[in-house]
Amino acid sequence: MEKAIKRYFPVFALPTLAAFTIGFILPFLLGIYLSFCEFTTVTDAKFVGIRNYLKIWGDSTFIHALWFTALFTIISVLVINVLAFAIAMLLTKGIPGTNAFRTVFFMPNLIGGIVLGYIWQLILNGIFAYFGRTLTYSGSYGFWGLIILMCWQQIGYMMIIYISGIQNVPGELIEAAKIDGATPSQILTNVTIPMVMPSITICTFLTLTNSFKLFDQNLALTAGEPSNKSEMLALNIYNTFYGRTGWEGVGQAKAVIFFILVAAIALAQNWLTRQKEVQQ
Amino acid sequence: MGVRKAKHGGFMAFIFTLISIVYVSPVLIVIMNSFKKKGYINKYPFSLPTEKAFVGLENYVEGIKKIGFIEAFMNSLFITVLSVLVIILCTSMCAWYITRVRNKLTETIYYLCLFSMIVPFQMVMFTLSKIADMLHLGNPVGIILVYLGFGAGLAVFMFCGFVKSIPLEIEEAAMIDGCTPIQTYFQIVFPILKPTCITVAILQAMWIWNDYLLPYLVLDIKKYKTIPIAIQYLKGGYGSVDMGAMMAMLVLAIVPIIIFYIACQKYIIEGVVAGAVKG
Repeated sequence: MEKAIKRYFPVFALPTLAAFTIGFILPFLLGIYLSFCEFTTVTDAKFVGIRNYLKIWGDSTFIHALWFTALFTIISVLVINVLAFAIAMLLTKGIPGTNAFRTVFFMPNLIGGIVLGYIWQLILNGIFAYFGRTLTYSGSYGFWGLIILMCWQQIGYMMIIYISGIQNVPGELIEAAKIDGATPSQILTNVTIPMVMPSITICTFLTLTNSFKLFDQNLALTAGEPSNKSEMLALNIYNTFYGRTGWEGVGQAKAVIFFILVAAIALAQNWLTRQKEVQQ
Repeated sequence: MGVRKAKHGGFMAFIFTLISIVYVSPVLIVIMNSFKKKGYINKYPFSLPTEKAFVGLENYVEGIKKIGFIEAFMNSLFITVLSVLVIILCTSMCAWYITRVRNKLTETIYYLCLFSMIVPFQMVMFTLSKIADMLHLGNPVGIILVYLGFGAGLAVFMFCGFVKSIPLEIEEAAMIDGCTPIQTYFQIVFPILKPTCITVAILQAMWIWNDYLLPYLVLDIKKYKTIPIAIQYLKGGYGSVDMGAMMAMLVLAIVPIIIFYIACQKYIIEGVVAGAVKG
């Protein structure tokens, strides 16, 4: 059978492979090459070695964006997952109206980043107005604004995944623990959490990468104001490319570093939580 | 154990009702402000539109004209629907092929797809937009190819996971009965893949409908705008935003999604769970 199918490569695999080459493989390889070049368009690239990479470390906006993003990622991952898990626990206990609450909490997730940013810009500016300030008063206002926005958007999504994880915990297991005299908190830490570890792996992975790569929300909410103080890595890279002429090479080098960071975080997280899953 | 009954069900339901109201309030506040006069929005965003501040549908009319909302909506709809259809058709075929035919090439394709899922868009944004420009893909039809290329990784990966679970015997029986691989695929395999198709369609549609940066860089935005681009365009380069039009356009951007969500809620939530478990 394999032989019969094999001849049909042009029909089955070629369209996707061609688009994948244009949409991913070529831009990726060209991107790595261009990070070692000075250029304004792809055709006038001049090889300059690692100069672009050296230039990054002299760019204080990039270092600031790096710390801003790292801190943002840590806080948002913790808050979103703890709250989503807590809500999921409560919504699997048979409270009347559970389905309606689930629908409401999930809804913001379908709204796009740009629209979300402007919704929260209105709300937060309205609150800050009582204190005579605005969202772009300082970088930390933007920081916490983004955290609130991110929680609003992501909690529902993670909650859905946790709910399906919790519902898959066999009831007998919890019954058995109760009969053995386990307290509710012991059941939570020794039965429920180990059993939903796969959901925890997925949700931390999703929140981690979503937070670290955040762009649209950042652009719409504060656009990095005031003076790049609320700028995250993705926006910093974008601004380096399209806001400073002659810095395209540095922008591409930053993008490569960004890619390496995302890949490292994804792999490390996967490895760490997978280990936890094996242990139990 | 059957259905578990909560101990303080009524009280918890009350608390959750309060939280739910707080949760939807940002959207309600935006809707409320879309009926106010520009000057009143920034100053008193939380007060109800009084007689003086109420402008009826003026903001909507002005906003729709200003950013060409209807055109943007049609562009978004066209790009999302066609991209999703093309992605489902092409990547499911590709996934079936690379799962059934085992050699160096198909294995490489599989691992490249896996790899592409951890590459952030910023890594390829500049080069991708230049390549798309050279190939004249900066229109609503061309961008479908770009979406197929950039969205292929996740879709192929998810379809592969499902194809592996289909027993070979069914396909073998079809081929022995004289089906060509193309007939086998469309009459036997594709119908079995339907649940995965729905999952992939929902994940891709959510991404493409809301995507801002890729269409902004790839499309010729003087001619073609999508909804996120049109909304960002309202802000302009001068810092002063027409808040009235902005509110009205935000409402118009949200309402179709919410209607769609309420209509297909079951599929969306199931799709998200299935997608998360496999991804």
